[in-house]
Amino acid sequence: MSRHRRSLVAGGILVGLTCAAALISLLWTPYPVSDTSGGRLAPVTAAHLLGTDRLGRDLATQLMVGARIALETGLGAVVVGGTLGVLVGIAAGFAQRWLDDGLAALLDIVIAFPTLLLAMLVVAARGASLGSAILALGLAMSAVVARLTRILVKRVLAQDFVTASLVSGTSWPRVVAEHVLPNIWPTLAVNLALQFGLAVLAEASLSYLGLGAPPPNQSWGRMLQEAQSTVLVAPAGLVAPGLALVVLVVGANLVADGLREVADPLARRSS
Amino acid sequence: MSLLAVDRLAICTADGTPLVSDISFELPSGGRLGVIGESGSGKSLTTLALLGLLPAGLRVSGSIRFHPAGGEPVQVVGASESALRRLRGRVATVVFQEPSTALDPLMRLGDQIGASVRRTRGLRGPALRAAVLSALADVGLDHRIGRAYPHEVSGGQRQRAAIAAAVACRPALLVADEPTTALDVTVQADVLALLDRLVADRGLALLFISHDLAVVSRIAERVLVLDRGSAIESGTVTEILTAPRHPVTRALLESARHLDAALEVRQP
Amino acid sequence: MVRYLVRRGGLLVASLLLASVALFLLLRVLPGDPANALLTVDATPEQIEAAQRQVGSDRSLPEQFVTWFGQLARLDLGRSFVSTLPVGPEIVDRLVVTLPLTLFAFALAIVIAVPVGYLCARWSRTWYGAGLSALSQLGIAVPAFWVGMLLIFVFALRLRVFPSGGFPRAGWADPGAALTSLTLPVLTIALVMSASLIRYVRSATLDVLGSDYLRTARALGASSAEAMWRHGLRNAAGPVVSVLGVELATTFLGAVVVESVFALPGLGSMLVKGITQHDYPVVQGVLFVSTVAVLVIGFLADLAQRLIDPRLRGSSPGGSR
Repeated sequence: MSRHRRSLVAGGILVGLTCAAALISLLWTPYPVSDTSGGRLAPVTAAHLLGTDRLGRDLATQLMVGARIALETGLGAVVVGGTLGVLVGIAAGFAQRWLDDGLAALLDIVIAFPTLLLAMLVVAARGASLGSAILALGLAMSAVVARLTRILVKRVLAQDFVTASLVSGTSWPRVVAEHVLPNIWPTLAVNLALQFGLAVLAEASLSYLGLGAPPPNQSWGRMLQEAQSTVLVAPAGLVAPGLALVVLVVGANLVADGLREVADPLARRSS
Repeated sequence: MSLLAVDRLAICTADGTPLVSDISFELPSGGRLGVIGESGSGKSLTTLALLGLLPAGLRVSGSIRFHPAGGEPVQVVGASESALRRLRGRVATVVFQEPSTALDPLMRLGDQIGASVRRTRGLRGPALRAAVLSALADVGLDHRIGRAYPHEVSGGQRQRAAIAAAVACRPALLVADEPTTALDVTVQADVLALLDRLVADRGLALLFISHDLAVVSRIAERVLVLDRGSAIESGTVTEILTAPRHPVTRALLESARHLDAALEVRQP
Repeated sequence: MVRYLVRRGGLLVASLLLASVALFLLLRVLPGDPANALLTVDATPEQIEAAQRQVGSDRSLPEQFVTWFGQLARLDLGRSFVSTLPVGPEIVDRLVVTLPLTLFAFALAIVIAVPVGYLCARWSRTWYGAGLSALSQLGIAVPAFWVGMLLIFVFALRLRVFPSGGFPRAGWADPGAALTSLTLPVLTIALVMSASLIRYVRSATLDVLGSDYLRTARALGASSAEAMWRHGLRNAAGPVVSVLGVELATTFLGAVVVESVFALPGLGSMLVKGITQHDYPVVQGVLFVSTVAVLVIGFLADLAQRLIDPRLRGSSPGGSR
């Protein structure tokens, strides 16, 4: 099994674990989400695999429910950022001269701003909500995706068979469908998998700061924030959500690494 | 005693796939040997092996022995890095095929020549500067080129600078690995003539690697033909040109006739 | 070079103007009256009107913009709705924490990433090299604030060698206390940042190690250490410097979360407080200062790259600068 294939399988398992937790939580959780019967800060026992938080809620339950927010934000941001980014990127790829220069410069400026800052800006304007977080992270991502798409499109358009097709009068939407998209999607898929991981991390940061999805949506970021004051008594609350984040993000990165082979079978070099 | 004696040289990958096998030749001091073969024939690997510059992971066996006049003989195969360092530049230097990547893009040409002169001849200060200027003059470059970066000059000028850096070390052997292949046809003849003159003036031995028999026959005395990693034929230029024995040699000769005709048109 | 400076400087000024307009619009055009920040749900129309007058949202958009821009030109960032104190001086107070935090972390990250990235490349064919790379890749998947929390747990709560958070009231007048309170935050940011830097250093080093000019230098008698020092370092520095600019900007603003973890009174916590309290002048002010920082850092990184790489400077035959 090649290194890329191993990455794909390992990444798939890690991401699959999170998806499974999220899906199962829709049907069954060890305790009802707001059940506080376990008592405050119960230790790790067979009844409460990860103990309880300072309100008495079961941490394992919360961890499962939190997987939903992580996945929803990650996927939502990828859909928003991917769609917008690819559209803008294709437009910029086809654009000529000043329009192309202008778009490229604009994207560079937007990319210079850290995702988290852009996200906070949107949250500042729209208020904290799951939608804000998805929109914000998606917008920030779209600039990165657009820049990559633009470069890829330019590369495809520079090829002789595409030029020939354009010269012979094929309309550009057809060129996009027949030549551009089939050639660029593998590389885009790699990038989107990486971006998914970054969006999950950014969502956790926003939630930690209290700028993510408000309660009752439970998010790993806010679980960590809530656990901070009670670390000494209940270290599981600090460790579990953090590890869950690492598992999901490492999984996404491994999937990206595995997709690299699909994207470019010749590129043996790992970076 | 020959300056360079290669005996049963073989190179293989870590898992044992042979890349070069059973190559032997000798090169006397001041002699000129052309090594010719298609790409993939193992000629560039052989070049790198001569100076112990093969990438890590390749295994070398056989013998590569330098015997410089007035110096101790050096066995390259299995030599320590410090022994190789004394060999490179002082006894043998290389001019590579692609001058645009073989030179450091961030360093002025004069500084790159200066660095190798300083290292191999131990010159400093004004003496070093004078040596760099005369090295530039030797290859027909204006002294201002010394202040230029590689991207600021033409391909031919870059290759001249690379030759200057190699020759200014005052080696006994110059290895030229396809030195004209990356250049325009019109410039090729100039650079070839320059190499010819430099080697003659200084009594250097020359090992000229090329895929082009026409070019090799202009500058070498003897020719070694490589095919798929082994030597298939050797002899004087006249022997090879007039009585090639091996079909591969005959094919090379045939393609050279066409190229040579093209060159003759440009260089009456 | 002068022409480039003028052009690149012009771009900097233009981006600053563009950013200030964008900032202004984003916070005004989107739904929600900033006056709401001062009001309770059951406010009377008179109270609403008074609040709107106070924050200026009763006037037209162009009027508001002219006011804001006029203040900006005089380096006046307005007053906080909540505390009614001027925003500018508070930002300066907070920079005293954020700036050293960022710069120390940045320096430490470079000190970690350059040798580790170099070794990752040098050892890329060995199992320990691959392990080192994999370990540093893991660092990219770890949220910074979690690293901070783990460090607090181990070094502050268990070992009790560093404070778990806060900044001395005396500030830098008490340099020892200030430094100890910054130690863990600096370490947190540096660890996370070096993880991504290592990747860039590694790939730049791999490029250099496989380069023809390094082989040429060795063919002309240079030891591999000398070739690496004389040719490799500069060539690897180019791509790394451009990434460093982006990373420095990220650190400056990424400090937001870490400041929160360590309860540091920095720019980041000011921004978070401003957002949660809908305190627009504070948000606008902090974002404006951050924007300036990001753009200026980008400008400096571009400049540094041009100094390193003559190919970016345009051709000047004869090589005179």
